[in-house]
Amino acid sequence: MFSQLIINGISSGSLYALVALAMVIIYKASEVPNFAQGEMATLSVFVAWHFVNAQFLPFYQAVAAALLFAFAVGVLFEFTVLRRAEKPSILELIVMTLGLQMFIYGIIGWKWGAEQKTFSLPIAEDSVVQLGPVVIGWLNIITIVTSLLCVLLLYLFFTHTKLGTAMRAVQMNSTAARINGIRVHRIMSLTWGLSAVIGTIAGILFAPVSPLDPQLMWDPLLKGFAAGVLGGMTSPFGAVLGGYILGIIENLFGAYISLEFKSVVAFALIVLVLWFKPSGLFSRHYERKV
Amino acid sequence: MDMKRHYYEDIQIFQKPVHVFWFVILLIGLVILPLVTRNYTMSLVNFIAINVIVTLGLNLLVGYTGQISLGHAGFVAIGAYATVLLMQHLGLNFFPALVLAGFVAAGFGFLLGLPALRLEGPYLAIATLGFGMAVTQIIGRSTFFGGRMGLKVPKINIAGITLSSDKELYIVIISITVLMAFAMRNLTRSRVGRALIAIRESDIAAETLGVNLAWYKTLSFAVSAFYAGVAGGLLAIIFGYINPSIFDFVMSILFLAMVVVGGAGAILGSILGGIVVTFLDLKLNAVTSMPLIGDLLREISTRWMSVSGLPNFRSVLFGILLILFVVFEPHGLYGIWLRIKKYWKTWPF
Repeated sequence: MFSQLIINGISSGSLYALVALAMVIIYKASEVPNFAQGEMATLSVFVAWHFVNAQFLPFYQAVAAALLFAFAVGVLFEFTVLRRAEKPSILELIVMTLGLQMFIYGIIGWKWGAEQKTFSLPIAEDSVVQLGPVVIGWLNIITIVTSLLCVLLLYLFFTHTKLGTAMRAVQMNSTAARINGIRVHRIMSLTWGLSAVIGTIAGILFAPVSPLDPQLMWDPLLKGFAAGVLGGMTSPFGAVLGGYILGIIENLFGAYISLEFKSVVAFALIVLVLWFKPSGLFSRHYERKV
Repeated sequence: MDMKRHYYEDIQIFQKPVHVFWFVILLIGLVILPLVTRNYTMSLVNFIAINVIVTLGLNLLVGYTGQISLGHAGFVAIGAYATVLLMQHLGLNFFPALVLAGFVAAGFGFLLGLPALRLEGPYLAIATLGFGMAVTQIIGRSTFFGGRMGLKVPKINIAGITLSSDKELYIVIISITVLMAFAMRNLTRSRVGRALIAIRESDIAAETLGVNLAWYKTLSFAVSAFYAGVAGGLLAIIFGYINPSIFDFVMSILFLAMVVVGGAGAILGSILGGIVVTFLDLKLNAVTSMPLIGDLLREISTRWMSVSGLPNFRSVLFGILLILFVVFEPHGLYGIWLRIKKYWKTWPF
């Protein structure tokens, strides 16, 4: 029972980890929590659904097209909106992402209507693997493995490639990065694109267990926020760990204490963490200057 | 512009006699309005006036103090439910219930303001977002609040007269709105208002100048919530029926849109934003019946989108509006108004 709950927790936690990771990458670069993250991912999942069900593409091509589309949306938003604003304050940045969120939400509803659709991976839904006392669905295995793979690839990308290093440089200090010859705006665009792709991967993994409608990513987005805050919004490592911790705690709470208030756990955790350690569990705290 | 010779000239409510003149004209216009319009128009005006109240309060928080709230619909919900429950269970009259409901909302605003002392920018946005969602969740799960089905609002009764038509409600609502706008103008020009502006510009610098951050930040939250609470009570009256799904996240964003479109940090901006955004919102509900635009949208819908999803055009437009205003006109409609004024004042030059 207990190990079963842990496994389920890790499975939902890996989704939260991906969303939190996407959020943290943008937060570090632009200092804004991207409220449109969920809608960007939902739109891309709908595009994948459209390719499968209306254009009759094979699943993998449709997913590849959706990921490309997500990348384009991220880059385009940075290029057309964020870059045009003159020295936006944090408030203005937040309002811009909220505007994008409403815009995409409206577009999805306008194009595909409100009725629910189903989007599933090309595997048998109920096939399971028996590991001693624990039963794991194939979907969970795929989710866990994919997210681990993503985290590993991102780690290698950020530490071992020129582009990844440039992104880290921009995140640390964009002025210094520019002085050193890095095109900050271009890197920023690519960062937004990368984040949208990660969010979309989470969306595609989440879509099979949830009805596909414009609100698909609401819940994962909020949990991703919680995970990000838990780990400290400035630490990718912390965000991933925060995601897993949140998933496990949530599942244990749902099983042993109250199933009804399972969805509130995330917010209770945020409040507790912010109360005692405002900068999150795994990030260093910097004192601001005037 | 004109030279100011004394500090108090800068903080007067009416800086010039001409302002008094226009204010009197406005009041006369508000009095005449119900005499010349139909009942349906009055219901729109009531709704707009209520949104102006919320915008005034939210603008104090966002525009003057520089904090952010994505959960203001939560305060409106608290105000609405408190008004109805106080009238039903304690048998209070409408006005005491409304004022008490405002204070209940202010209490919650104070509580939300406490963590806000330690949070800033993005974290605060997430915390307030969570607050707004938690309020509707709790209301929806509790039978005392009528659960998802909601509550029926009793008819209100003032001095023996039962208010039923929109014109009668208008008298109550518009006088409260004018009163609250006036109070807000008064607050922002006072010592408190200047302290809040100092916090917006730089909270650490404000603290070194002797502004008590803890007191003023929570005060700003409480006052803002008070406005939202009073507006919630009025909203309950004109809806006649309330349930938690009215006060959703989209409502909170619409309030934020009113502040941004109108102009952050300006009373006139709140009023303009409240009027314009609410009016657009109401018009967009029936967008297909509008001439020209309706046909165009239907054409686009059948060709590329779907006709059944056309009501979502509202979100699309508001999203674009938010982005455009932040990018091109961060001071909102008030900024445009200021520029026009300046242009004509210095005209031939």
